[in-house]
Amino acid sequence: MRAPDRTEKIALLGLFALLAGGAFLPQWALFLVTLALAKGLVVLSLLLLMRTGLVSFGHGLYYCLGAYAAGMVGQLLHVGDAAVMLLVALAVSCAVALIVGLLLASYRGIFFAMLSLAFSMILYGLLVKSAALGSTDGFNITVTAAAGASLSSASRRYLLFALSASFAAMAAVGMHRFLGSHLGRLAPAVRDNELRVEYLGASVRRVVYLNTIIAAALTGLAGALTALVVGHIDPEMAYWTTSGEFVFVAILSGTASVLAPFLGSLLFELLRSFAYQYSPNTWQMVVGAAMLLVIMFLPTGLWAVFGRRGKRVA
Amino acid sequence: MAAAILETRGLSKTFGAVAAASNITIEIAEDTVVGLIGGNGAGKTTFINLVTGYLKPTSGSIRYRGRDITRLAPRQVTRLGICRSFQIPQVFDTLTAYENLLVGTGIVDSKDAAEAAETILARFGLAPFRDAVAGVLPEGVRKLLDIAMALVVKPRLLLLDEPTSGVSAGEKFAIMDLVLQAVRAAAVTVLFVEHDMEIVRRHAQRVLAFYDGRIIADGRSEAVFADADVRRLVVGEQPC
Repeated sequence: MRAPDRTEKIALLGLFALLAGGAFLPQWALFLVTLALAKGLVVLSLLLLMRTGLVSFGHGLYYCLGAYAAGMVGQLLHVGDAAVMLLVALAVSCAVALIVGLLLASYRGIFFAMLSLAFSMILYGLLVKSAALGSTDGFNITVTAAAGASLSSASRRYLLFALSASFAAMAAVGMHRFLGSHLGRLAPAVRDNELRVEYLGASVRRVVYLNTIIAAALTGLAGALTALVVGHIDPEMAYWTTSGEFVFVAILSGTASVLAPFLGSLLFELLRSFAYQYSPNTWQMVVGAAMLLVIMFLPTGLWAVFGRRGKRVA
Repeated sequence: MAAAILETRGLSKTFGAVAAASNITIEIAEDTVVGLIGGNGAGKTTFINLVTGYLKPTSGSIRYRGRDITRLAPRQVTRLGICRSFQIPQVFDTLTAYENLLVGTGIVDSKDAAEAAETILARFGLAPFRDAVAGVLPEGVRKLLDIAMALVVKPRLLLLDEPTSGVSAGEKFAIMDLVLQAVRAAAVTVLFVEHDMEIVRRHAQRVLAFYDGRIIADGRSEAVFADADVRRLVVGEQPC
């Protein structure tokens, strides 16, 4: 008999714990956790695609688009309100995904991965050549208000942390419910057997298209959050190594639970920060060794630690 | 005679110089069980593939309940009420038997999907395998699950491609009895491809004998099995 599903309860408890504990975290830790939660959203979106049998090496496209959309709201419209920036980022990511997704929905496997990579590299190339957007240097972003209320420096840091935590919890709960819905259940069905899905009367193409748009929305939001937290954006956000890093964390986390991306993302940020501090020239080697250990001992990802044999809970 | 649920007129399919189906013209009456027999390469699976939209015919037409479905995609054909099972079971390997059926019942009716999936599980005797992952189920059970999945979308016409292939000789009759019992409970017209003539004799009200992409005999099972061409070309009897 299956154990009762506590995913949503854990997500909400985690949110309350973060909101309460965040006030006591040192500045560096608050920054690191905020960043990890924002990037966890990207990894969560990859989880959805992986459950559909797809791997995207071009998530940098939406991540960078979200960041630049938020940045340009400040740069061009001189609006420093976090709510407006996030909403515009979400809208732009979805709008691009509606078009790009039409093409991507026809491809699978390595072709899907490479085509998504190609789109992100096109954006990278465009941004590098755009002097008005700071070219390779990018530009700074400043958040001055949230939903109309002006912010101090300290309150801005906590607000962005609270926003990231809230979005992470909402996205985890929302994704959990979606994957448990009839529409969400089609994702693993498409991964396992497209022919049977079609012979049940559902459209594989529509499932892939919808999941691509949901993934883009989450990633665009994460890109905007990251931009607001870091206060700076540059074309590196669309570069293939950024997309590769997200796939890396997705594999590290595993796809067993919607909570796994946030755990994996947090561990990755911690690992990278400490590896960089103690071994600045060879930090990649430390991260690589960690990945090797996970693949050898936890082939279904870090979440396997919480469930015997890595049972799926979401 | 009951109204025709399926009609094909001059249905042909060629792959280069090979004619997999040649000028097949038939009418299938509603609420009947029809057996399709023939040796390997006779065109039985090609016929099923043509009717269900997996293959597009080179020429000819297919009508389902009076509507032309000749060039429709599998998804559209399924939506109209035709579904099929496969020679090699097409299930979702990483999902449990229950989840496999839930995917299908969810497509048809999201409100009562769970209940419908449980009903089909029970009807096909799959309840003991409810929470087992489909990828590790025995072949006979996978076969049943494959057929059950074809039935969850509530078809009016069900095409079963070798429902007992890969099943041990001892289990064949029991499985076919179970399948036909479940299918009859759903009031579905059935076309099934089968190599075991005993099973065909037992269940088919009408038999279509295929040879070299053509239908060489069509009628009640006694008449078809008495046909000299069928005995020689399909059953494999040597002339005395």
